Amino acid sequence: MNATALENFQAAFPDATCKAVLDSVVIDVQPDKLESTLAGLKNDPAFNCGLLLDVTGIDYRDYPETKDARFYVVYTVRNWQDNLLVQVRTPVADPEKGIPTATHLFGSALWGEREVWDQYGINFQNHPDLRRILNHYQFEGHPLRKDYDIRKGQVCIGNDSLEKEIRARLANNGVAESTMKDINTEIMFLNLGPSHPATHGAIRLLTALDGETIMANVNEIGYLHRGFEKTSENLTYNQIIPLTDRLNYCSSMMNNIAYVKAVESWLGVEITERAQFMRVVLSEFYRVLDHLVCIAANMVDMGGLTNYWYLYNEKEAAYDFISRLTGARLTSSFTRIGGMYRDFYEGWESDLELHLRDIEKGIGDSIKLVLKNRIVHDRTKGVCVLSAEDALSYGFTGPTLRASGVPFDLRKDAPYYNYESFDFEIPVGSEGDIYDRIMIRFEEMFQSIRIIRQAMKFIPEGSVFIEDSQVVLPPKADVYNNIEGLANHFKLIFEGVKTPAGEWYDSYEAANGELGFHFVSDGSGRPYKLKVRPPCFYIMGGFHKMVEGNMIADAVINLGSINIIGGELDR
Amino acid sequence: MALGLEAKLGDNVMTSTLDYIVNWGRENSLWPFVYGTACCAIEFMSTAASLHDISRYGAEVVRFSPRQADLLLVCGTVSYKQAPILKRIYEQMPEPKWVIAIGACASSGGIYDNYCTVQGIDTIIPVDVYISGCPPRPEAILDALMKIQDQIRGESVLVDRHKEFKGILD
Repeated sequence: MNATALENFQAAFPDATCKAVLDSVVIDVQPDKLESTLAGLKNDPAFNCGLLLDVTGIDYRDYPETKDARFYVVYTVRNWQDNLLVQVRTPVADPEKGIPTATHLFGSALWGEREVWDQYGINFQNHPDLRRILNHYQFEGHPLRKDYDIRKGQVCIGNDSLEKEIRARLANNGVAESTMKDINTEIMFLNLGPSHPATHGAIRLLTALDGETIMANVNEIGYLHRGFEKTSENLTYNQIIPLTDRLNYCSSMMNNIAYVKAVESWLGVEITERAQFMRVVLSEFYRVLDHLVCIAANMVDMGGLTNYWYLYNEKEAAYDFISRLTGARLTSSFTRIGGMYRDFYEGWESDLELHLRDIEKGIGDSIKLVLKNRIVHDRTKGVCVLSAEDALSYGFTGPTLRASGVPFDLRKDAPYYNYESFDFEIPVGSEGDIYDRIMIRFEEMFQSIRIIRQAMKFIPEGSVFIEDSQVVLPPKADVYNNIEGLANHFKLIFEGVKTPAGEWYDSYEAANGELGFHFVSDGSGRPYKLKVRPPCFYIMGGFHKMVEGNMIADAVINLGSINIIGGELDR
Repeated sequence: MALGLEAKLGDNVMTSTLDYIVNWGRENSLWPFVYGTACCAIEFMSTAASLHDISRYGAEVVRFSPRQADLLLVCGTVSYKQAPILKRIYEQMPEPKWVIAIGACASSGGIYDNYCTVQGIDTIIPVDVYISGCPPRPEAILDALMKIQDQIRGESVLVDRHKEFKGILD
């Protein structure tokens, strides 16, 4: 972040304090100026921050340094064209009274603010639908507050009917009460899920149907809320890595890499060249695996089971290949802060090439079944279309955003690990329909394979760990043979890698889109607060925009095409 | 050497016990309902795919209606929000029914010892076989299926199963 850019911000928002943190600008404003600041960031062409990435709260109750208020709310916005990342922070004096909502500016604030209310109990004035999102409707209290006991479970009996919400949505879409009662256009309410073959996990889609056409749609998530963020507060930085495996479990290594990249960015650690190349190779390999599962499952939803065998068998073979490297098929836990768990094994390169060829063959076989298939075209073209404006407003990122014609990809727009020096394309859709979403995933797999081949060609020799006794465990020989090594090992394991006090956000292009981590550190070896910015959460938040007006059967394949993964959605 | 009826009627007739015949049929035609919530469901996909091929055990007819299934596979973490749904699905399944808790989360809550995760599905519904692992390999899932088959062989059609179970939602 250069100084002139920072001055521009200070000039535009004189009441606020602006400072640069890593690559982002952090703006501190009072709640009464929050709305105008966010509106300015969005509408001023100098900033043009139209993508609200995340909303989160912070509870400073146990923080060593005293703050103006116990609670803060942080909005993270991005100008995707010019790679400008801004965080707007505001203190919340009284959580009951709360702060003004940003829902009229950004669609993604609808779900983002609901989550803050659910987890921290901070009210958002004039939010149209402020209720729980991750926890169940009978839950009492707010779990991410520091005074909520982590083990205090609350039993839920029954289900929220969502009747009020779906009726409100119907009214919003202009379906009058009289139309609903008319015998010819009688509205039928239909639940898909929570346990339904099409949901690939536990999500509940409640639809109001006129015949087979969806008039209104309301979704409920949180069935797989596993308390990732609360659990992380009690673990050291390296202990959290296995938990990140279970966010998007179809591409576990990508979460590992995104997480350690975020911690390293704050520590100022520059990992070795070899480790960087390894991370690129493994990221892209997992991107391929993630897309394989997504397309395979999506084709099953559409009735094309053969595709599943062609695509999934390659993934199955790749699992055994990966377990040779990491020791586990699904949950890799392969990164460490400051490097990788270990180097590639001998013969990895030829094994990898073998698998890449198999995958190419599998994709090729599947694509032959899809590309000129009339049924696939009829079912996907022009169906569940999402415009670029809506996609940006709802905080879409990744392949789903690119299908709507927005060429935003962090690998190109904010490159890390030398992505700028690789030769690859970012496929972009033209219609924003299901067809585009499927085809972009197909194309991205070919591009990822291209990157892997380039990276394997240029990967340098050397260590996969940096040499820094404050971050990386000492070699075993030192641990067993001298007291300094033993003490170093002991300190790092028990106290964790100490990070300087402060707050930061760092993001990474995962298979589904921008995977970000927002940390608050109090200087100890455990994060004071850790918030994940999961790509699917916001994509699911805009689901109704895609399916309303389409057929119920289209909703099923649309859900497959946006690749909702429960672990990441609900954390 | 044939005895009794078989001796009298020759090779055309075999006698057995009702339990044996019924159990033989049941154990080789288990229809699973996959209650897949998380990572373990991906491993179930592997179990069903060509390499491990669950149909070798007659259990490939995956039903997505609990009313047509007799084996409940709980693959993944169950949160308190999901607990009533899981219980309802279990209740919808016709008797006799068997339950496998796949993976650490379903068996005990796994690494998620916190406010939102049910500490083992056996606090909600009765479980017959537990599989360890996070997630377990497909071979472990097949092994659990064989354990259920063993269990079925030892059961009697006259005895009701798990009638006295009381969970946290009862």
